[in-house]
Amino acid sequence: MISQIIFALLLVVSGFFIFKRYQFVKGNILLGQKGPETDRKGERLKTMILVAFGQGKMFSRPFVALMHLIIYIGFVVINIELIEIIVDGLTGEHRSFVGFRGYYRLLINLFEVLAGLVIIACVVFLIRRNFGKIKRFQSAEMKTWPKRDANIILITEILLMKAFLIMNAADSILTVRSATPARVPSFWVSQISQPFLKPLSTGALEGLSHFCWWFHIVGILGFIVYLSYSKHLHILLAFPTTYFSKLQSPGSLSNDKAVTNEVKLMLDPNAIVEPVEFTRFGVKDVSDMKRTQLLSAYSCTECGRCTSACPANQTGKLLSPRKVMMDVRDRMEEIGNAKAANKGVWIEDGKSLIRDYISEEEVWACTTCNACTDACPININPMEVLVDLRRYLIMEESKSPDSITSMFNNVENNGAPWAMSAMNRADWTNE
Amino acid sequence: MDFKIRTMADCMAEGTTPDVLFWVGCAGSFDDRAKKITKAIAKILHHTNTSFAILGSEESCTGDPAKRAGNEFLFQMMAMQNISVLNAYEVKKIVTGCPHCFNTLKNEYPELGGNYEVIHHTQLIQELLNTGKLKIEGGEFKGKKITFHDPCYLGRGNGEYEAPRQLIQALDAELVEMKRCKTNGLCCGAGGAQMFKEAEKGTKEINVERMEDALAVKPSVIATGCPFCNTMMTDGVKHFEQEHTIAVKDIAELIAEAVDL
Ligand code: SF4
Ligand code: SF4
Repeated sequence: MISQIIFALLLVVSGFFIFKRYQFVKGNILLGQKGPETDRKGERLKTMILVAFGQGKMFSRPFVALMHLIIYIGFVVINIELIEIIVDGLTGEHRSFVGFRGYYRLLINLFEVLAGLVIIACVVFLIRRNFGKIKRFQSAEMKTWPKRDANIILITEILLMKAFLIMNAADSILTVRSATPARVPSFWVSQISQPFLKPLSTGALEGLSHFCWWFHIVGILGFIVYLSYSKHLHILLAFPTTYFSKLQSPGSLSNDKAVTNEVKLMLDPNAIVEPVEFTRFGVKDVSDMKRTQLLSAYSCTECGRCTSACPANQTGKLLSPRKVMMDVRDRMEEIGNAKAANKGVWIEDGKSLIRDYISEEEVWACTTCNACTDACPININPMEVLVDLRRYLIMEESKSPDSITSMFNNVENNGAPWAMSAMNRADWTNE
Repeated sequence: MDFKIRTMADCMAEGTTPDVLFWVGCAGSFDDRAKKITKAIAKILHHTNTSFAILGSEESCTGDPAKRAGNEFLFQMMAMQNISVLNAYEVKKIVTGCPHCFNTLKNEYPELGGNYEVIHHTQLIQELLNTGKLKIEGGEFKGKKITFHDPCYLGRGNGEYEAPRQLIQALDAELVEMKRCKTNGLCCGAGGAQMFKEAEKGTKEINVERMEDALAVKPSVIATGCPFCNTMMTDGVKHFEQEHTIAVKDIAELIAEAVDL
């Protein structure tokens, strides 16, 4: 009875933390501006299925893609077992579903195979990440917490799978000794560890099975709570992020509607324009960004594929598109925390995304080559964020490198980025 | 040029409507190197009896460098002015000599009221080849190693990887791919208004990094489809003092040479 109460309490507490975190993240995303991404539902769904569910963009690196797919399928499928665990926990039974016999055996065998594969994949990833000399895992923004985050998750995942397998092995041995009411056969993968456990006494095995059961469930609950604080949010958020991702030609940039209105009125004071919600031109802080952009920052996996494709980063410039997305998320968290500490009211802290997080030097290093978005496995678009920051610098602060200012002047006065006269445009026809 | 190139205004005065407007672009109009590309495109259009005209002094910057540098105001002003000119001439189809103009006219003008069929010059030349209007004989480039540097705004930006490659193959040349090509192609370093400013502090220039990719496949020609890429690659070749062994050429120039225009 006591253990049932403890279990129920655990469920409630972790549920509470998950709910709180959900509210927090949601609140942060809602800091942003409403976007128009509600059109073309069919195409969006298709993108989501291909890119998030089918992991279509991962397969440019087939080996990693396979490993990642194993962990992903393992995560989704093995968690079906969670249903039994919860029923067990609340009823005080052990292996409540064992009565389904054949099906049960098949399922557990399947879970075990997946668990074994997940362990292999996680070990491969741990080695690759820590000893693999992979440049994109060594960048400045990957030093402290992000690196630890990745390792914590991989190790936890391995331990959880191990606990599941050891519990099965212990139960199989207990069944042979007729020491458990939940009679189970030997399973495909866990039988490998049976010889190591056989020397143990029946009491010790019962204890071990129990311990593993608790470790597994506490681990999973902790894992889910932890997940919501880490880059592993992408497991869930990859879906909406790809759903809302840009459908227009990748080369295009949006036309700012507020600007369109002003330009129309400038050209014709009697023009009829559709009013738009307006705070400021471009992006100074996360609250100027679109909600879908903020959502995408929360789903960034910190994989660094964008950064390793970025020509500016590859040639030693300060710019890293991954850091751009991480900065957006960190700034949201900062604002969210400050609000939470102040009963939900936001007091200006004098900081902003531009400069306090992303420097002008980073903003101006981008060639808008679109390699980052193309490389991102979940269609995140750091380039747009950089252009939006430029829009703010130019249109609100009139701040640009001198040569850019003179390019603007030339375009405005001569209709060309150089000091050339329109009258000479067709000179080549006479040469 | 040894034939007359008409402007839209000329056509209007004559009462004719050309099939396609050749949007030359700023680099193509003013940059000495890029003008050669412009002339090659014009020669191909003329040679294939394509009815075309240019805007001449009525053409303006599309606003691409302004937009990518964050000056949305200036961009939209340029766009609306250009659109009013284009619409006044009832332009239906545009071929551009530059992937940046191509991208902007094709993707960013429609929302502002400019709806045209916009193609890049390599796409038009491919069309001319496929419909038999253009025949490439001779074999000046037979067996030569040519590599193609994908302009970001033609390739990744608009998904056109095949047209330029098909044209290189039509030259009977050996098309060699750099290790980073097509969707993985590395930028030349000029986009996003970088052409008009010094690069940020770093360990290397982007075009030098890109040139290393190109040198690795030992081409005799580096082909591009963009006047800005052309400048960057040419500088890259000079950086490695390879200008006597490697030529940087636009696809249009290669075709014009092969057809002996
Ligand atoms: S668009 Fe900008 S940030 Fe993205 S890869 Fe290219 S240079 Fe880097
Ligand atoms: S933006 Fe995309 S590619 Fe870049 S680190 Fe995040 S998930 Fe990876």
